[in-house]
Amino acid sequence: MADQQPKKYSKPLPHLDEENRPWWEAMQRHELYIQKCGKCGDLRYYPRALCTNCLSPETQWLKCSGRGKVYTFTATYQNQAPGFRESLPYVMAYVELDEGVKMLTNIIDCAPDQVRIGMPVEVVYEDVTPQVTLAKFRPAR
Amino acid sequence: MSLSRKTAVAGVYEHPTRFAPDKSMFQIMAESVRGALDDAGLTIKDVNGLCTAGMGMGGMGIVSFCDYLNLTPNFVDSTQIGGSSFVAHTAHAAAAIHAGLCDVCLVVYGSTAASSRFAIGTGGGGGGGMAGDPCDQYDIPFGPTTVGAYAMIAQRHMHDYGTTSQQLAEIAVTMRMHASMNPAAKYRDPITVEDVLASRIISSPLHLLDCCIISDGGGALVITSAERARDLKKKPVYILGAGETVRHAARGQRDFLEIAAAQSGRLAFERAGVAHKDIDMAMIYDSFTITVLVTLENLGFCKRGEGGAFVTGGRLRYDGDFPINTEGGGLSSNHPGMRGIFLVIEAAKQLRGECGPRQVKDCKTALVHGTGGALGTRHSGATLILSNQ
Repeated sequence: MADQQPKKYSKPLPHLDEENRPWWEAMQRHELYIQKCGKCGDLRYYPRALCTNCLSPETQWLKCSGRGKVYTFTATYQNQAPGFRESLPYVMAYVELDEGVKMLTNIIDCAPDQVRIGMPVEVVYEDVTPQVTLAKFRPAR
Repeated sequence: MSLSRKTAVAGVYEHPTRFAPDKSMFQIMAESVRGALDDAGLTIKDVNGLCTAGMGMGGMGIVSFCDYLNLTPNFVDSTQIGGSSFVAHTAHAAAAIHAGLCDVCLVVYGSTAASSRFAIGTGGGGGGGMAGDPCDQYDIPFGPTTVGAYAMIAQRHMHDYGTTSQQLAEIAVTMRMHASMNPAAKYRDPITVEDVLASRIISSPLHLLDCCIISDGGGALVITSAERARDLKKKPVYILGAGETVRHAARGQRDFLEIAAAQSGRLAFERAGVAHKDIDMAMIYDSFTITVLVTLENLGFCKRGEGGAFVTGGRLRYDGDFPINTEGGGLSSNHPGMRGIFLVIEAAKQLRGECGPRQVKDCKTALVHGTGGALGTRHSGATLILSNQ
C-alpha cells in the first residue's frame, strides 16, 4: 500500500488485513460500522476478529447512523510529526456514537475554540487515498 | 499480602545529570548501578537479579545491558509498560526475591531523551505508512500526541466537575517550589499560577507549564530481603504492598476518568494492610498536571470530581497536609521519558530522612504511583506502598 500513496498525503495510513478489511472497505463506500458479537451481543469498536467479552468469532456488523456527540476533545497546537505539523491546530476528539461506542477522530469544519463537549456531530468521510477513507466528524447540520 | 515487609529497598541512586550529550544510555545506567550499590553497601558481585526497560533500548536491551556490565543474573525482567515500569519492576523484584529466584535485584534506568532530542510528548505518529498494533490503526491517522491524550482527560474533567486551569496550575507551581529546594533539579526558578496560564497552549486545555520537562537522566534501586537489608549500610525501606494494571479504550466503552490507579491503588492498599490516613507522603507521576489530579482521585485520596479543590491551598507542598513529589517531579526536576524510578528513589530518601530542607516531617509510610503511556488512550498504572517501619 505504501508505494501507492499519493506523495502529498503524509499522515500515517492503516494496515489492512483479514479482520479489518471489511471495515475499511465499508469506509470506502462511506459507511460506518461497529461490531456486535453474534453470541453475546457485546458491541465493540475498533474491529476485531473475536469478541472481547466471550472470544466468539461470530461477528455481526452494525451499520451506524454516523451521528453522535463530542465526548471529549483537544485542540492540538504542537505536533512535530510530518503531515500533522503542517495542519496545526487540529482538533482530536472522542465522539460517542448514538449506537453507544466512543471512537477517536478529528472534528473538522469547526473553529477549534467552538468545539464543545456534548456538541452533536455527524460523520464526514474523507477519502485520503484511493484505498483509505477516514471517518471524521463535523457539527451536526 | 504474604509479601508485606519481607523485602526492602536497600539502596537508591538518582544520577545527577540532566543533560549528557556525550554519554550512552548504558553508561548512565552503569553509573547509577554503582551509586545504588555504594548506597546499600553492596558490590556488583552480590547482584543476581536485574530489571530494566527504556525507550531508547532495543527489544532485547536487557540482554545488551548484561553484556555491557558483564552480568549473568538468575532473574531478569524487562517489563515495558511505560513510565511506571520501574515501579512494577520493584514489585516484581520483591516477588522474585520472596520466591527465591534471586537475592539482590537491581532496578535500573537510563535515558538521553534530551540530548537525543526525542519528541516525547508531541511527536505522535506521522511520515506516512504505519506498522503498529491493531489499535494504532484507528488512532494514529488522527494525529494523537501524548500531551493531547492527557489533554482530553483534562477537558472532560473540567466539563464534568468545573475543574479549572488555575487549579491545575497550582500543581505545577508546587512542583517548581519543591525543585527550588533540590540542587539537582533542572528548573529551579519559582513560577506563579499566572506564569502557567500565560504559557502557550500545547494541546487545549494544557499549557506548556502543565507539561513535564524533557531531560537526560537515570537511576537505580537495590532490592533485597528485609532480613539482609537490616544488615546493610542504610535503614531499610520495606515494601508493604503493590498493584499494577492497565486501562485502554475498553472496546469503545470506557469511562475515561477512571484510570489504572483505581485498580492498582486498591490492590496495593489491600496487600499492604494500611489505610489512606497512614500515608505521610506520596510520589505521583506528574507527566502533566492533570495526571496528578486524576491519579489522586483514582487512588482514593479524594472523591472523583474533588481533585481540583484537593490540589489547591498548598496541600501538596512538602510542609502541607498531603506532600507529593518533594524533589520537583517531572514538571521541574527531570523527565527522561520514563521517570517511575525517581518516584521510588525520592520516597525512599524521604523515609530515610535524607531530604534536608524538603524533608517531610515524621515520614513513616509513603505511596508511589507510576503512570505509563497516555491516560486518554492506553496506559499502565503501578502502585507501591513503602515504609521505614
